[in-house]
Amino acid sequence: MRKRLLATAFAALMTVAAWAQIGSPYIHDPSTVVECDGKYYTFGTGSGGLISEDGWNWHGGAVRPGGGVAPDALKIGDRYLVVYSTGDVQGVRYGSHVYAMWNKTLDPESPDFKFTDPIDIAGSNGYEDCDGIDPGLMMGPDGRLWLVYGTYFGYLRVVELDPATARAIGEPVNVALSCEAGEMIYNDGWYYLLATHGTCCSGVNSTYEIIVGRSKSPTGPYCDNLGRDMIHGGGRLLLASEPRRIGAGHFGRFVVGKGIEKFSFHFEGDLDRSGRSVLAMRALLWKDGWPVAGKPFESGEYSIVSERRGFTLELAVNNVPMNTGARGMSRNADGPVVALDDQKLEDVIGTWPQGDINLRIGPELFRPHQAWVITELNDVPGFIGGAYCKITIAGTGRALAATASREVTTVPEFTGAPEQLWRIDQLTDGTFRIMPKAVPGTDEELALVAVADSTPSLGVFDPESDNSKWNLYKH
Amino acid sequence: MKILNRILLAALLVTAFAVTGSAQKKGKIDVGEALKGYFTPVTTPSASPDAKGFIRRWMILEPISKPNSTNRVFTDTYTRENLSVEYFPGQFTVIPKDGDKVKVTMEYQPPVNLTSNRPAQPQGEQPKFVKATLTWHALDSDHFFVKLFRFATGLDKDRYGVIFWTVTVINCEEDIPNVRLAVGSNKAARWWVNGEELLLLAGDRHMGVDSAVSDRITLKKGKNVLRGVTMNGPGMSEFCARFIDDHGNPVRNYTITCN
Amino acid sequence: MKRIIIIAALLLSGVIMFAQTGAPFIHDPSSIVECDGKYYTFGTGSGGLISEDGWSWHSGAVRPGGGAAPDAIKIGDRYLVIYGTTGGGMGGGHASKIMTMWNKTLDPESPDFGYSDPVLVLESLVDEDFNAIDPGVLMGPDGRLWLTAGTYFGHIRQVEIDPKTGFRVEGNEAIDVGRNMEASTMMYRDGWYYLLGTHGTCCDGVNATYNIVVGRSRNPQGPFIDNVGRSMIEGGGKSVITSERRLIGPGHFGRFVEEEGVEKMSFHWEADMDQSGRSVLGIRPLIWKDGWPEAGEALKEGTYEIKSVRSGYALELEVDFVRAQGAQGGMGRGAGNQQPVVSIEEQKLEDVIDTWPKGVIGARNGYYMGRPWQRWSIIPVPEAGGYLGGPYYKIVIAGTNRALAANEKAEVDTVPEFTGAPEQLWRIDQLTDGTYRIMPKSIPGHDEPYALVSLGDCSPTLAPFDFSSDNSKWEFKGFAPLK
Repeated sequence: MRKRLLATAFAALMTVAAWAQIGSPYIHDPSTVVECDGKYYTFGTGSGGLISEDGWNWHGGAVRPGGGVAPDALKIGDRYLVVYSTGDVQGVRYGSHVYAMWNKTLDPESPDFKFTDPIDIAGSNGYEDCDGIDPGLMMGPDGRLWLVYGTYFGYLRVVELDPATARAIGEPVNVALSCEAGEMIYNDGWYYLLATHGTCCSGVNSTYEIIVGRSKSPTGPYCDNLGRDMIHGGGRLLLASEPRRIGAGHFGRFVVGKGIEKFSFHFEGDLDRSGRSVLAMRALLWKDGWPVAGKPFESGEYSIVSERRGFTLELAVNNVPMNTGARGMSRNADGPVVALDDQKLEDVIGTWPQGDINLRIGPELFRPHQAWVITELNDVPGFIGGAYCKITIAGTGRALAATASREVTTVPEFTGAPEQLWRIDQLTDGTFRIMPKAVPGTDEELALVAVADSTPSLGVFDPESDNSKWNLYKH
Repeated sequence: MKILNRILLAALLVTAFAVTGSAQKKGKIDVGEALKGYFTPVTTPSASPDAKGFIRRWMILEPISKPNSTNRVFTDTYTRENLSVEYFPGQFTVIPKDGDKVKVTMEYQPPVNLTSNRPAQPQGEQPKFVKATLTWHALDSDHFFVKLFRFATGLDKDRYGVIFWTVTVINCEEDIPNVRLAVGSNKAARWWVNGEELLLLAGDRHMGVDSAVSDRITLKKGKNVLRGVTMNGPGMSEFCARFIDDHGNPVRNYTITCN
Repeated sequence: MKRIIIIAALLLSGVIMFAQTGAPFIHDPSSIVECDGKYYTFGTGSGGLISEDGWSWHSGAVRPGGGAAPDAIKIGDRYLVIYGTTGGGMGGGHASKIMTMWNKTLDPESPDFGYSDPVLVLESLVDEDFNAIDPGVLMGPDGRLWLTAGTYFGHIRQVEIDPKTGFRVEGNEAIDVGRNMEASTMMYRDGWYYLLGTHGTCCDGVNATYNIVVGRSRNPQGPFIDNVGRSMIEGGGKSVITSERRLIGPGHFGRFVEEEGVEKMSFHWEADMDQSGRSVLGIRPLIWKDGWPEAGEALKEGTYEIKSVRSGYALELEVDFVRAQGAQGGMGRGAGNQQPVVSIEEQKLEDVIDTWPKGVIGARNGYYMGRPWQRWSIIPVPEAGGYLGGPYYKIVIAGTNRALAANEKAEVDTVPEFTGAPEQLWRIDQLTDGTYRIMPKSIPGHDEPYALVSLGDCSPTLAPFDFSSDNSKWEFKGFAPLK
């Protein structure tokens, strides 16, 4: 009994740990992840923040003066705007201030690294229904810059900032009641206000959760899926807790490219890491005009199905028929009804060639030549929000690989070569892009595409085309 | 993000106490002036629910001190037990009038001011009890919600670690079956109609319209007494309440009086 | 080896629940039609299946004329049944006829049961690029009745039928709308006409590669275009459903609209590996995504979070929040935190169950935290029967028999032991937007067909189902295999 429990716990650990960022991603109230000169940065409560070279493995080292809580960061032109807040200034409860400062780089090693003097851009006097901390920044599609701030003490407020100086323009507007960690984003004609409900700072007992409302105007009203205004306590859930990761808060959007978005946040308590607060990233999906959290990727056995035609990626080998005896298509139920065995790898592997085997896309029959094991690799650098994977035929070492002729094939054994490492990103429509880390002989970024119903190849990713999209169905 | 504030606060408490006296208002308070922007003293004989059915006319008792430095404690059991404590006679039955006073014995907490944010009952110490005389106020809220926090602030009472009793009377011309009481509450609360408990709201919750709704009830012809009690630790106490039907639409065919 | 057997057994017990029960053996089923509270589908050869509840099927439907792959539709108070007279070139050439006939009822026991004489509406000659079998019909929103037919042997051909007579509309010219597929049929939704067909090989048991495809058009006569811009007449087709783990070769699509937001698709699996590889009737939720139809999923037995779409809150017992013990986090970046990073055990049922009352416990919605009072095992109850496309389920707190139940106040709570009473049995339908409706089989003392509804964020109740409101919708988030 004990042994089994231990094994289960271990297995859970192994699987689960791979879903979070690796390294030392310990942070609370992370700012939106920002890229600077090929590295990724996020700042947290207190001073400093995290840096990652690959977007997957994080460590301390980012530098932000000023202390205080819950910063946000945004690249504007060739500069970085960092905002943060301090509460209870001069002993006045909820007398809080938001400060802004600029830097030419976020890399503390750079000779250009120097924050400008912070300026006070918003706040609360302690008497009003607002607590001016937890700032969030958004650059609108029209080049107007907006700041949202506030906590459970009254309202979140939105105020416009001058994008040249970050000074406030005009009067703040109340947009939401009893939230924290406000952040605005814009998508397809709508402004979205993300925030958190629930309790922070209680480890694995925190009930933090990310909610969202939307509006046609940056100053609201932001309404939820029921039409409730966030100023009336409304809010549609984006993400609360996942198994073993509790209390999502402090949303930040990271657009990788058209059709590929991520969001950063913290979990208040990661049960696989002593219940500490950790940075996390997930795919950001869009469904019916609402942002939706993608699921964490999980290693396992999958069908890799082309969105173009619904066919599945398979080895180009003979489809060995199963001998199952009489079938019968009639309604007469003669004879006992029995369960048939699945076709097994050993039934067919002897018919496969030994060397490289090419690929095609065919009707799904759940046969061994269609069964892929996708395994996250944490001993090689990852990419923003994910680990590279090896993709092998179940029960074998036969691995999916990009070739110098810009095609895909399988090699008999996985060697760890970069053309055998695959980056899998969930797209905003919920399907997946599958890209080799490298294609021999070219620097071009190519993805797995279905150039025909039956023909996989490598091509330029096109978020508008189903040819570029794949579904992963777990066995 | 509150944790840092909490740390800061601990450091600031001493300072806070020092300014307590000056922040406290003395003498008779003009209720209308003190609650401006949030409440208006009742001047009309009866009111109607607003366009969305929210009940804005209430008898509100000045807060009973019940120090809690965190809202994590508000489990179902804690909420029920602590909101069952009888602080004053007729607590579960009274239909008070404006200006009625009740005498209560309640836990002591440092006097309120704007730089002390929450009860500071040191852990492990026995609570100290004090006697107090609290007043009922007949008020119309200026908003769909009832901002108890501003009620307490305006009247210079305890703002955090508090219990608010609220009562109103729903007058129906005929029985209205299959209605539900819908409440949004910051934070833990119990609600009754005609003495029957309809809602127990536990947890560290925010006020949202229709956060919790009751089973179906019948509002009977004549008077129906709607009673709620709201408890908070640190936080901005408030609630909103209305009656809705099976489709979630507001029920509005009644009037509201204070007695 | 032993392990493999255990896995196979698990698969078997799991998978069987996803197929229709009884003896649902059929090939080339017609669209399912309801008649006087029973469900009917006709197949190749004569006859067909009947079901009293839509879940357990048995032989007994009656259709004369033999031939292959019929379709059926209710028009006014009559039923029009259409079939092809031959079996797709198996008997020689591709000469065939499509026939229609009427019946006042589909119930062979009814005194009104009697087919009209079949009439010819479309035919193929021995050697043209068309094979007049596999008919499918659609009544358009304007009352026009369209029929398509054809196979791999050439084109899919469309004609218009007079919905009053069942005859071909006078002067109607047949047009070609697709090629090289089988089991064509059409449907209409929201300004679009859809042409469905089946690609792949039929009639090869577990080796059959049948799969269902679709194209769409603003015009009932096409061209029907797929997701990559190809016309169905160019051989295009977007996938609707392909084989599943042990259910192989879906074909012969039929749509069944129960009500707004609740749709089902019927078809056959060429082979059910849990039923000797025989051809069986399949029914799945029909989902609509960006204007395209997709097969939904049968809810698999398992342990789930039951999430209200209204608020995102999870259905839970009305019990105290018990704080998880152990390490309390740490929010810094670790400069001062040199302790090793360890895995913490999740809160377990035995950690909290003693704090729960023994009797009835209310149900509410709360922040999802993966706690024992939020983990529900959803398990089909085979002896409880079913409804169109699914079995009734019990919904119990994982690790216990504490069951979600409707009560006489038309509210929901939980009872300490599942007894099989109808108010403890739940019908779960996936809706056209992919979310779910959850309905008790019955409510004590109430006749209203209420569903589980979140009228408040935290307050589940039983109330009228409204597809236009997120209050009526739920999602199931699986997080752990059922132990």
